[in-house]
Amino acid sequence: MADKVPVTVLTGYLGAGKTTLLNRILSEPHGQKYAVIVNEFGEIGIDNELVVGADEEIFEMNNGCICCTVRGDLVRIIDGLMRRRGKFDAIIVETTGLADPAPVAQTFFVDETVGRKTRLDAVVTVADAKWLLDRLKDAPEAKNQVAFADVIIINKTDLVSSDELAEVEARIRGINPYAKVHRTVRCALPLPEVLGRRAFDLDRILDIEPDFLEAGDHDHDHHHHDHGHDHEHDHHHHHGDGHAHAHQHGGLKHYHDEEMQSVSLRTDRPLDPEKFFPWVQTLVQKEGPNILRCKGILSFKDDPQRFVFQGVHMILDGDHQREWGSDEPRASRIVFIGRKLPEENIRAGFEDCVA
Amino acid sequence: MTEGRTDTASVVERTRRHPAEAVVVAAHFLGDTAVFVLGEDALLMARGEDRRRVSVHGGAILAAAADGRRVLTGGDDGKVAATDAAGVSATLATDGKHRWIDQVAIGPDGAVAWSAGKQVFVRLAKGEERVCEMPSTVGALAFAPKGLRLAIAHYNGASLWFLNAAKAEPERLEWKGSHLAVTFSPDGRFLITAMQEPTLHGWRLADRHDLRMQGYAARVRSLDWSADGKWLATSGSSQLVLWPFQSKTGPMGKSPRMLAPADATLEVVACHPKEPVVAGGYANGLILLARIDDGAEILARKPAEAPVTALAWNESGTLLAFGTEDGDAGVVDLA
Repeated sequence: MADKVPVTVLTGYLGAGKTTLLNRILSEPHGQKYAVIVNEFGEIGIDNELVVGADEEIFEMNNGCICCTVRGDLVRIIDGLMRRRGKFDAIIVETTGLADPAPVAQTFFVDETVGRKTRLDAVVTVADAKWLLDRLKDAPEAKNQVAFADVIIINKTDLVSSDELAEVEARIRGINPYAKVHRTVRCALPLPEVLGRRAFDLDRILDIEPDFLEAGDHDHDHHHHDHGHDHEHDHHHHHGDGHAHAHQHGGLKHYHDEEMQSVSLRTDRPLDPEKFFPWVQTLVQKEGPNILRCKGILSFKDDPQRFVFQGVHMILDGDHQREWGSDEPRASRIVFIGRKLPEENIRAGFEDCVA
Repeated sequence: MTEGRTDTASVVERTRRHPAEAVVVAAHFLGDTAVFVLGEDALLMARGEDRRRVSVHGGAILAAAADGRRVLTGGDDGKVAATDAAGVSATLATDGKHRWIDQVAIGPDGAVAWSAGKQVFVRLAKGEERVCEMPSTVGALAFAPKGLRLAIAHYNGASLWFLNAAKAEPERLEWKGSHLAVTFSPDGRFLITAMQEPTLHGWRLADRHDLRMQGYAARVRSLDWSADGKWLATSGSSQLVLWPFQSKTGPMGKSPRMLAPADATLEVVACHPKEPVVAGGYANGLILLARIDDGAEILARKPAEAPVTALAWNESGTLLAFGTEDGDAGVVDLA
């Protein structure tokens, strides 16, 4: 069986620059051919016979899982595209600005034909440097797209000051510390940063550490050091859930988004699989609608292999990955990104899974 | 399982191969000419030793149906084409916006139907054309055995469109979820759909009573009725699942008959046109013929690399055409 065709999901609020990125992907001389599933025709400036219009038709699966929504049109379109399999190397799905990425991602786990022939590569979110902060206040879709992303492109950085940019990045980090963040003008970045990421590939779950800013990315010197602790309130919220706290520690601002946050768990003691699996399954059953993404590397008692898993809402996918290295600390790490997660309960439940 | 089947009667050596060199998405017969619908551009037509390719679309072929006289195809080029046994292909319609033609169907009286997105088009035998809009993209189309109604599967149910009444709105049969295949029972009493979930749904049309047929391991992609109309043969399990429709209540409260177990999922089924025999093609390339009455099996193709994707009988039931995902195709001569 030939390799599965990688699928990149491109999200981003209206006007952030999705089409710019798409045109860049289609026009740069990389020798790859892409089939593109778009929500609106006419925006793409490149001739490509494999551009397909989608309807973003979402339906709920009858599997007792209320958050398990699927893009039915994608099932149909991918089935049709795969009849011309030799004609392209990868598929890009562009969603509308208001789309929730979850139904797109879930389609790849729920439909067996789609899952057999294609694999979800990554969710790439384009954010507008100038307007993202406003959208995070008034558009739940924008926050979902940031929380869900594997790669976030802060675009149009030329329209904001370096302080404003640092603020945008800190807010993104407060929601999703695990995505790879890039700053661009007109979405100019090397395409390997966007395509071929294998973000949903269990074999590629190497480490779960926040994507810290690279040195030089930030000009620390321009921050005010005299505010050891900065507490900001956002008064433009609509549902009382738009709060954000900022803490300034030695120059880097750390935001905590009150609605959407990540919960990171770690233990150096081996876990008992008999306790862990029932716990995590119950957790995603109960909190599934609020958990957007999760990822974990686990060390089980008397098990020489690393167990890795990842999930989207209630759908979990996991497997043994490889032997633990002899010099590798056998720590278990899990991260949940979601909405109003009951952090204390999750922490306590996880602690109880220790063997 | 296949190991233990070495003493099964076999007709493997009576196969004439017709390499398709492209994914075969469907097979039909026009007389004794086997028509293999390829995933892209063309039909491969084979009669005896002769074979030829007939180009019918400029792109992927997304749907196909046949009535013994012509094969109707819908493509991603926005065209609906009809091809006869002589290999003469005519474009019946071109979508104004070049949308994909997702589904096609042929009625018993020569009417044809196709869909593009949410829109369903019907051209009646006399040439009159009708259009109607569904609440969501169409998952499948099927004419009723008497040809007066068109069933349309979509999200959250199916619609019945009465074609003789010029202005009539389609009637809705509701059931939550995505319905992706549809078939009328040969007596016209039941409408059955296959859903995105591994389950079938059905309606007894007289009283709209719901039927649920569950227990599958995979999505059911292939449905066919036995020659006598008493059984609905289905894919989606590692064996042939046959639902009983002999009685007035259909399969309500009954268990299906299960035949021809294998190591792989059954992908496609085709009932013999005269005998109570079903051909089943599996994900591992295996093709078995199973007799409904006693479960006796005949091996028609040994397991290979790729899934079987198409099966069809000729009208007299003497020839069985098959196609696979990796481009193998052939005709088994059972005469």
